[in-house]
Amino acid sequence: MKFRTRAIHVGNERDAHTGAVVPPIHVASTYVQPGAGDWGEFDYSRSGNPTRKNLEATLASLEGGCGALAFASGMAATHCATMLLNAGDHILAGSDIYGGTYRLLHKIVNRSGLQVSLASSSRLDELEAAIRPETKLLWVESPGNPLMSLTDLAACAEIAKRNGILLAVDNTFASPALTRPLELGADIVMHSATKYLGGHSDVLGGALVVKDTSLYDRLYFIQNATGAVLGPFDAFLVSRGLKTLEIRVREQSRTAQQLAEYLDADPRVARVLYPGLPLHAGHDIAKRQMEGAFGAMLSFEVAGDFALAKRVAESTELFQLAVSLGAVESLIEQPASMSHASYDAADRAAHGITDGLIRISVGLEAFEDLRDDLSQALDRAAKS
Amino acid sequence: MNTPKPPYGPSTIAVHAGEARQKPTDAITDPIVCASTFTFANSQAVIDYIEQEQPREEYGRYGNPGEKIAEKKLAEMEGGEAALLFSSGMAAIVGVFMAKLNAGDEVIFFDECYHRSREFCAKHLARFGVTTNQVKACDYDAMEAAITPKTKLLVSESPTNPHMSIVDLERFVDIGRRNQVETLIDATLATPYNLRPIEYGVDYVLHSATKYLAGHNDLLAGVIIGTEEKLAAIRNLRGIMGAVNSAHNIYLLLRGLKTFELRMQRHNANGLAVAQFLASHPRVKRVFYPGLETHTYYEVAQKTMSGFGGLVTFTVKDADWRQTAAIVDAAQIPRIAPSLGGVESLIEQPMIMSYYECSPEDRQRFGITDNMIRMSCGIENTDDLIEDLRQALDH
Repeated sequence: MKFRTRAIHVGNERDAHTGAVVPPIHVASTYVQPGAGDWGEFDYSRSGNPTRKNLEATLASLEGGCGALAFASGMAATHCATMLLNAGDHILAGSDIYGGTYRLLHKIVNRSGLQVSLASSSRLDELEAAIRPETKLLWVESPGNPLMSLTDLAACAEIAKRNGILLAVDNTFASPALTRPLELGADIVMHSATKYLGGHSDVLGGALVVKDTSLYDRLYFIQNATGAVLGPFDAFLVSRGLKTLEIRVREQSRTAQQLAEYLDADPRVARVLYPGLPLHAGHDIAKRQMEGAFGAMLSFEVAGDFALAKRVAESTELFQLAVSLGAVESLIEQPASMSHASYDAADRAAHGITDGLIRISVGLEAFEDLRDDLSQALDRAAKS
Repeated sequence: MNTPKPPYGPSTIAVHAGEARQKPTDAITDPIVCASTFTFANSQAVIDYIEQEQPREEYGRYGNPGEKIAEKKLAEMEGGEAALLFSSGMAAIVGVFMAKLNAGDEVIFFDECYHRSREFCAKHLARFGVTTNQVKACDYDAMEAAITPKTKLLVSESPTNPHMSIVDLERFVDIGRRNQVETLIDATLATPYNLRPIEYGVDYVLHSATKYLAGHNDLLAGVIIGTEEKLAAIRNLRGIMGAVNSAHNIYLLLRGLKTFELRMQRHNANGLAVAQFLASHPRVKRVFYPGLETHTYYEVAQKTMSGFGGLVTFTVKDADWRQTAAIVDAAQIPRIAPSLGGVESLIEQPMIMSYYECSPEDRQRFGITDNMIRMSCGIENTDDLIEDLRQALDH
């Protein structure tokens, strides 16, 4: 079955008890056992829940993995992956990553005796040179946040294999509709399910998907022991969101491409960062690695300072000023003051997150409406 | 962007209409307000609320914040002034009948109607002294002839279910206007994406919102759209009879509406592709789909509709009911279930599913043959659905 059909049917088998086309939401925290010491499939909801299991089955199928684990948030999923490591081990992460991942690695994970360093994952020589004998995990995002840099995931997988380390890919921006890192050789795929998977700005969730059963078992052990599981109501909403994942992502990407081309030709805009533009540094990788579309996230720089970018972000009428992304509603934000404020200022400057940068998450609204909204916001910000 | 007006496109309206730009707690989505009742600061506030008819909530049966948002969004999507949500499509049509018809009144119905609507008219409206005159679907002379001075309402579905007959809305509305009879179209199968009855002057548009509007086979809801003036009596009656929807359901409906345009594009594409495939298959005798040139109502559909939805009905050549059931049972992707309009494809044999308890004579009268299959195409991959039907037909 094709991706779109699996998104609807895998993990959503008809309910054996009632015949319901949509599986019920199982809210029980605990399950009655057949006998003392004789365990049924489910015992306690942290260890396993039928609604969560359904979602995990769908995610595993969509990412091409052997199993998936659903978490209370994307950060909980990322944290679980870092807990595979021991004190003294080193994590090498790409430099164009979510601000929350940066904070987790530099301000929480480092306290457990793990070493962390960043290197650009779009310059593979530098990336490989940054690997140390203690490196156990390579963490990359593609497209990166907020600079939309492309990482060649197949090449990263080669590097990881050569050095005997795990490759984990945050696939939140591309979604499995466009990129499936496990098929390209990655070991772990991570998602903030809050974004495209859920897709409606109404659920927090995270996921890890793997293709190796022993790695799955190790991660499951950590998840069950630490307990950051996704609740059944939210698992249901993510499952419901997945049914329209591919059509949402493709439509939103189509609109993003049109907006990128519009902004690129606009003299009020200094620079547009979108992998679908032929001059984007990662365009060729994106064409190979993203299936038929370039995603619905784009960043651009206004010809001006922090204050001008702030005014643009505050002047839209359809785009709403908020962090997060990937939903039906279009959002706008200024990374320097919002999504990447948790970066140290020096690291922001070193990694190209300028004060004039604006990031937009393109929703499902009509292209013409979004274009007109950005245009009036650019005008209004310049006048005031 | 409280009430987006044209030139906003249909998807922008589906995502934003009816919603405040800045919401309680600054959340991007509206909260699910589960409260059964709403508090007043003091006794004077109650008196002010009643005397000044303040637009606030009082008790859950009379209104809920989520309900108001969903109603505004649905009204804008349909191009109507106001909408009323009910706990199901049947509750919505019953709400209209109970509010608008009195003992001695007559309603004109049609033979291809949803069988539960027919049952309500025959078994319940009749007990309250309301007479139902049933005419052949899309027979405008018969509609005109059935009108008497007591007729209050002219009702049809478009498309009808499962025959997919299409009403010429210009003629339908003209009959109503000339005879001063209000008109109601159940446009559940069409949705506002494919058909705009309000633009033709239809007084009431009804939907089982369970179907395409909610779209995920996971809630029941009904909605009626019309002018504020015409809906006032129905709103009042709903508050008394209490067939209101729940806050949780309404949230799922609102969430479903956000992808409405995308889903409809897929349903339309899958419906047409499946209908074309079936029309070319040697085991298929006849396909009922308004987008096929061979369909009786093809020209009316071209004139009134912009797409034809996901529901496809077909009959199997030289097959009795068991041989027909074997095809239904052999399908792997669509599930055997009543209902339609969700992302999951569903399949059923009307003779077994909805008309099993009818006499063979009644089935013949309603045009339900033993070899008939109805498929509601979901939003799965088109090739997957066609390949599955091919293997089921070749089974």
